[in-house]
Amino acid sequence: MKAIDINEKSPWQHITEGNQIYEPATSRHFCTGEWRTATPVMDWDKCKQCLLCAPVCPDSSIPVCDGKRQEFDYDHCKGCGICMKVCPFGAITMKEGK
Amino acid sequence: MAIRERLSGNEAVSYAIKQINPDVMPAFPITPSTEIPQYVANYIANGEIDTEFIHVESEHSSMSAALGASAAGARTLTATSSCGLALMWEELYVAASDRLPIVLALVNRALTGPININADHSDSMGARDSGWIQIYAESNQEAYDNFLQAFPIAEHKDVRLPVMICQDGFITSHGVENILLEEDDKVKAFVGEYEPEHYLLNAKETMAVGPYAVTNYYMETKRAQRQAMINAKKVIMEMAEKFEAMTGRKYGFFESYRMEDAEYAIVIIGSAAGTCKAAIEKIRETTGKKVGMVKIRVFRPFPEEELAEALKDMKAIAVLDRAEMFSATSGPLGAEVRAALYSAKSQAELVNYFYGLGGRDITVEDFKEVYEKLETIAQTHRITDMYSYIGLRSAEEE
Amino acid sequence: METAYNFKEVMNRPERLAPGHRMCAGCGGTIAVRAVLRALHPEDKAVIGNATGCLEVSTYMYPYTAYEDSYIHNAFENAGATLSGVETAYRVLKKKGKINDNYKFITFGGDGGTYDIGFQSLSGAMERGHDMVYVCYDNGAYMNTGTQRSSATPQYADTTTTPAGKVSAGKVQIRKDLAAIMAEHHIPYVAQTTYTGNFKDIHTKAERAIYTPGAAFLNIMSPCPRGWGYDPSELMNICKLAVDTCYWPMFEVVEGKWRLTYEPKKKLPVEDFLRPQKRFKHLFKAGNEELIVQFQAEVDRRWEELAAKCR
Repeated sequence: MKAIDINEKSPWQHITEGNQIYEPATSRHFCTGEWRTATPVMDWDKCKQCLLCAPVCPDSSIPVCDGKRQEFDYDHCKGCGICMKVCPFGAITMKEGK
Repeated sequence: MAIRERLSGNEAVSYAIKQINPDVMPAFPITPSTEIPQYVANYIANGEIDTEFIHVESEHSSMSAALGASAAGARTLTATSSCGLALMWEELYVAASDRLPIVLALVNRALTGPININADHSDSMGARDSGWIQIYAESNQEAYDNFLQAFPIAEHKDVRLPVMICQDGFITSHGVENILLEEDDKVKAFVGEYEPEHYLLNAKETMAVGPYAVTNYYMETKRAQRQAMINAKKVIMEMAEKFEAMTGRKYGFFESYRMEDAEYAIVIIGSAAGTCKAAIEKIRETTGKKVGMVKIRVFRPFPEEELAEALKDMKAIAVLDRAEMFSATSGPLGAEVRAALYSAKSQAELVNYFYGLGGRDITVEDFKEVYEKLETIAQTHRITDMYSYIGLRSAEEE
Repeated sequence: METAYNFKEVMNRPERLAPGHRMCAGCGGTIAVRAVLRALHPEDKAVIGNATGCLEVSTYMYPYTAYEDSYIHNAFENAGATLSGVETAYRVLKKKGKINDNYKFITFGGDGGTYDIGFQSLSGAMERGHDMVYVCYDNGAYMNTGTQRSSATPQYADTTTTPAGKVSAGKVQIRKDLAAIMAEHHIPYVAQTTYTGNFKDIHTKAERAIYTPGAAFLNIMSPCPRGWGYDPSELMNICKLAVDTCYWPMFEVVEGKWRLTYEPKKKLPVEDFLRPQKRFKHLFKAGNEELIVQFQAEVDRRWEELAAKCR
């Protein structure tokens, strides 16, 4: 039984033995982006790719690829705004709402 | 050919451990089980086994480390007694619900308040609802034989539950008796290699263990766990048959002693069954009265139907508990046997005794009195003492 | 082999803590987890342990695990013992030729699970010298159950079990110095850190902790916006004030040798760290000036004591 097939309606026979899960990172299926009350928005013209925003994200929602930060993972970003505060170039602004 | 030896119960279990050569053993000393980790440490020190010993700083850590090792894919065991088991209490539940096939050599000892180092079943009876399989021994031979069957039961794919192999402190653990040991290669073949299907250190897949499960999952999880315990009944009997084929020694959920024509029965667990057998022989020889005994070997899962069947023709039954549970009514065994008989619509009279707490002796004479009492009850259909103590000093007539 | 810190290279490593976990917005705990796991060499496998706490109930909520690696949670007070069992199994299975891959062992616990209820289990695991890292993400209270005081809670903090009231100024006692206690276990590596700049300090320490053979302990101050009472976006400023006031010194103890890894050019008064946090609000009421003086005196005393060890 795969994690994606287990849900709060699953019969007991579908619950994995000892609640064990044999796949990595199944939390990706759960979209915490819904929680947001404010949304970070990039001004790519201002971004210098210094990457200082990437390690401060509590939600692994600033992916880095080939040494460059990518667009926010809006499926999961909770909108805490830590990245906005650490950006030395004012490239991130917080917009109200999702 | 089996090897004839004279060993104590602790030596017998340690010898079984040596033959099995498990992967990991965390343990913390506590009387009367301390000898088991000592023997294992000596086997390791002399290069006789390659088990890794973890010198934990408490029994709680002992069971915690056992959980980690077992989840990681190692065949894991530990040993303890009394307060040590009580300190593990939380972890016993986690081990069972995580479905980890850990084996625990339990040397039964009274639980503290006051401190007492002698045998009773208050420790394991307190853990009876933790989800562990519990198998009890009367003798050193049984402790050894049960231990050899423990891993094959625990690790069976339909079970995957931890197993507690229980023997009575000092009486069995330190008493030296004749014993038949199986040869190493036979034991190895019987127990087999441990090849877990899923484990933390599996390079081919990751595994996550021990989640937070909300209400919508918890009840389904417990039902699935119950199924493993139901399945365990079949597997325990399969292993007993396999074991009999190897050794000629027959095991079941319980031993029925002189029950073929019995009218009065005692139901009991552990070493005192030996004294009870002596009493039965004496009574039958001197009076011809039809007395018998059922000695419970497997208490979890509880063999409800089988036990009711074995007791169905009794006129009166005494259930002897070596542990209080302070319900102000039954002891743990008394309550379960009565429930089994109720379901089977049994008409037998039943009384419940407490005996042997904190190592108090029980004698052949005591058992004779119990059987006499059963006869009186069967004749009068009047029970004056539904719950009473054997060998208790009292200022009043009991 | 330890290599010079290359921020770009490190940030380019595959993420080992997936999103979708249920930690609060702005939580400091998962920043610690991400930083520590980034220090794993990408080719190494790992088993991650976890004490019960915010992190556990949020990162492995059935059937959702946030970990790319194998993971085990057991209970609140036994993360040390549990991972020591995993590490022992690794050694014996490797010895018996049953497994071949290289694994590292890292366990996370909050301050409640580490300073308090898991203290004995941690001490045992460290003393036995298992090749593992115990990481405490220290947010200074039992946050999972709603900000109750722990032995890591700073003096005068207003918590739900040490509330500031008419006749109470919050927690009475000063906080336990767990990193020093772990150093006294004479294990090969102990360090204390938090989040700064480009994360060089925490990364370097995590890498040393993971790749130094034997037991290692990391204490990471992980601000909790809810429990401390500050705007979640302020996390990095709070961390900076903690280290610049010397409230949270950053140091390491390598084979018994103590070393400061950061010394503020100008030590700021501790009230700069206290003022932005609601848990210390009562200290700024008229008449409580003496409490801040005392708090400062304790910070100074500990800083000097630490500086002496590092000389």
